[in-house]
Amino acid sequence: MTLVADPKAPRPPRGGPGRRTTRGNTELYGWIFMRASGVLLLVLIFGHLFVNLVAGDGVKAIDFGFVAGKWASPFWQVWDLLMLWLAMIHGTNGVRTIINDYAERDGTRLVLKGLLYLAFAVVVILGTLVIFTFDPCPAGSPADLLPSFCTA
Amino acid sequence: MWSWVAHRVTGVLIFFFLLVHVLDTALVRVSPESYNDVIGTYKNPIMGLGEAGLVAAIVFHAFNGVRIILVDFWAKGPKYQKVMLWVVVGLFVVTMAGFLPRHLMHVFGGE
Repeated sequence: MTLVADPKAPRPPRGGPGRRTTRGNTELYGWIFMRASGVLLLVLIFGHLFVNLVAGDGVKAIDFGFVAGKWASPFWQVWDLLMLWLAMIHGTNGVRTIINDYAERDGTRLVLKGLLYLAFAVVVILGTLVIFTFDPCPAGSPADLLPSFCTA
Repeated sequence: MWSWVAHRVTGVLIFFFLLVHVLDTALVRVSPESYNDVIGTYKNPIMGLGEAGLVAAIVFHAFNGVRIILVDFWAKGPKYQKVMLWVVVGLFVVTMAGFLPRHLMHVFGGE
């Protein structure tokens, strides 16, 4: 595969009167990130879908014990953490681009992006906390709902 | 043009599902019962069809994303962009043909 010497990355907008012409290379780094994270996400999400929906009994087999069994291993903790962060940054940046394209009023863009970044922060922080503070054997829960290693 | 529209539509769809999916998974931190209740709704037939649609959106977005990367970075990418769209469609059909029967069997099959 021959690489293009000068990939056609997005250029900063042309300056008009009263407009900032550029914000440095932020948009270029975003453009590269979408492609790099996209490749990683393809592997992470296809793996996630295969293990959760195709292997074994698929969606029917998913319950608390199934999740606890997966997160007992650091491998799946790291897998899910990477997937969470990369997918949220990739998705937030994609939706940001769409807001910039279609929301024409400055106020509308500001509100929509505010909501977007709020959702990003809540979901990423909550998801990260859940992965790291998860207790596979919560006290007082019926044993038949818990993974088998809780009673072993 | 239409692949570009489809890439945006599937992207937004996947993003909103992701928000919901992190919230439902967060219920493992509340109690096994509440998590099992919510994940139980994923197993009914209507949600099962929704999952099939979601997987279709993800598979298209993933393969078309690789096509976009090749158009951007591979010297012959722009020349073959249309051929690659048909490759994306072909891979999509093959992947879904592998996934759908298995998933629908899980959703609609007996216990």
